[in-house]
Amino acid sequence: MSVLVAATVPDIMTFVICAVVVLSGGIGVVMSRNAVHAALSLVLTLFGIAVLFVEQHAYFLAAVQVIVYAGAIVVLFLFVIMFLGVDRTEDVRSEPLEGQRPLALVMIAISLAGVLALSATANWVTGAHHVAGSLTAGHHTDTFLLGKSIFTTYLWAFEATAGLLVVAVVGAVVLARRPSHVHDEDAAPQRPLEHDRGGPEAPGSASAPVPGGGEPAAAGEATDAGKATDAGEAAGAVSHAEVGR
Amino acid sequence: MSIGPAWYLGLAAALFALGALGVMVRRNVLVMFMCIELMLNAANLTFVTFSRVLGDIGGESLVFFVLVVAAAEVVVGLGVVVAIFRRRASTTADDLHGMKG
Repeated sequence: MSVLVAATVPDIMTFVICAVVVLSGGIGVVMSRNAVHAALSLVLTLFGIAVLFVEQHAYFLAAVQVIVYAGAIVVLFLFVIMFLGVDRTEDVRSEPLEGQRPLALVMIAISLAGVLALSATANWVTGAHHVAGSLTAGHHTDTFLLGKSIFTTYLWAFEATAGLLVVAVVGAVVLARRPSHVHDEDAAPQRPLEHDRGGPEAPGSASAPVPGGGEPAAAGEATDAGKATDAGEAAGAVSHAEVGR
Repeated sequence: MSIGPAWYLGLAAALFALGALGVMVRRNVLVMFMCIELMLNAANLTFVTFSRVLGDIGGESLVFFVLVVAAAEVVVGLGVVVAIFRRRASTTADDLHGMKG
């Protein structure tokens, strides 16, 4: 092909640097224990891809890549990571499924080698040029051509995209909404609050009969444990002792 | 002119393999989402490369749509992650075994 011959030294240098950046960012996403580091490595990869888009004269897509991916999606990732707690790091060493990681690595290596070998040796049959519209006819910019293609050839797909975005927004709102009627077993985060509420109450209710009944051990246990169930049992034991007396 | 398409396609294949490996190996749901983004970017790079080689605008249009779908997917996926975290206080995929037989 003629494009192979016409490569200049700056093009090769740009490609090599961007390939290193993209792959190191990808390795950072896969390997890093902290989710924030993974998100920042993802930014590195996305910028490398954007530069490769510029290198292939897709300027508008490079700008959209930086704005949408690095500006919106990664910020959304970071927002959720911060929302759920930054300090939770994954324990990479523990392996719940025995031998899964070496197996995954071997399978991926075999697949990648197969794809590369096939594309190096097989004949490519994608020979038809300018099927959906020419990229080189006239002297239009890629933004002009892309807009013309989207608003004429792919107009219905574009409209369906608008519907998809509306559905995504509505779905996100529905998912993020707190349910109005909350049962006790549904609300997992409320349990520690009940514990905290039961803690200070328990010694007071348990220690009220104690001066008369004289069972300081049970009351002390209830205070140390600080659990509503222990406090209830202790109060029950004290009341039984009172009845027996 | 840029260098040949084979190098771009090889880089895209390597990036896709990295993303697939991450989805298989990692257990944090958020990191698995980021690996899916890696795979989508590899596909985008392939589309742009073929668009340039064949002189066809269709590949670049498809990249545009992939970007939109990726944004919608991340919005819904992170909403699901937050909803799961609210009930189980965990973002590890191994803890989501509620449908295990």
